[in-house]
Amino acid sequence: MKARIYVTLKKGVLDPQGKAVVGALHSMSFNEVKDLRIGKYMEVELDASSKETEEVRLREMCEKLLANTVIENYRIEMD
Amino acid sequence: MKFGIIVFPGSNCDHDCYHAVKHVFGCEAEYVWHKETALAGFDCVILPGGFSYGDYLRTGAIARSSPVMSEVVAFAKRGGLVLGICNGFQILAEAGLLPGVLMRNRALKFICAPAHLRVENNSTVFTSAYSAGQVIDVPIAHADGNYFADADTLKRLEDGGRVVFRYSTVDGKVTIDANPNGSLSNIAAIVNEAGNVMGTMPHPERACEQALGSTGGRGVFESILKGFAGT
Repeated sequence: MKARIYVTLKKGVLDPQGKAVVGALHSMSFNEVKDLRIGKYMEVELDASSKETEEVRLREMCEKLLANTVIENYRIEMD
Repeated sequence: MKFGIIVFPGSNCDHDCYHAVKHVFGCEAEYVWHKETALAGFDCVILPGGFSYGDYLRTGAIARSSPVMSEVVAFAKRGGLVLGICNGFQILAEAGLLPGVLMRNRALKFICAPAHLRVENNSTVFTSAYSAGQVIDVPIAHADGNYFADADTLKRLEDGGRVVFRYSTVDGKVTIDANPNGSLSNIAAIVNEAGNVMGTMPHPERACEQALGSTGGRGVFESILKGFAGT
């Protein structure tokens, strides 16, 4: 079973890295870029049979380690 | 008084801490490898600076699940003194012993520089040797020292006098220009609600001897020793 996890910065949390990239894009004449925020993408391979049970466990992994929920949101996609 | 200095893979200020408590202040000190599961006999535990686990995933995120950390949490809950410096602060935040998180510096750069700090609260066990409002000179060395917490948490910290050091100018003004890393409200160090756990991004252990450029960090250790002598 495979899962994909997207960890993104919450609204209102400053993303200096994203801001720097916007600045670079503007200097390359991509002036239509209004905002850009950088997050993390994780591919997880699992030895699991039940999608439902595993989704609960993936959530737990995100809460405990993969995301810091003070500043980050996460989204899980499963095959 | 006996200090335990936790050593994670990637800690690199453990020797600085050991030198400060053992040789400058003449206390007992011992290194504690992160695989240890007991902290018996220690009066104060220090989580030193460095790059535990290469800062993989997020700073402090993997170190917080090291075997010793559940004992550090239990030690703190029993009222033991825990001091997290730099990466140690990041680990304490990830472990939930201190609120908030240390994010990438505003300018995205690693900053190694002297910093002026204003002592905001001198009634904690970590700051009692300072006078209120005193400005001290303590170096910083980090890429992720930009303190962030939600508005409720920040209010609780401020109302409870739990912000202990703030980045300031040499004459004690808390300004945007004096803020090296974008930290919320110029926060450089905080304590937990019970007051026995402190996290500081600046390095007091590197500012205990004039030969190293400043003695502004001595007060942290003098406060701890003073508190211990009084118990």
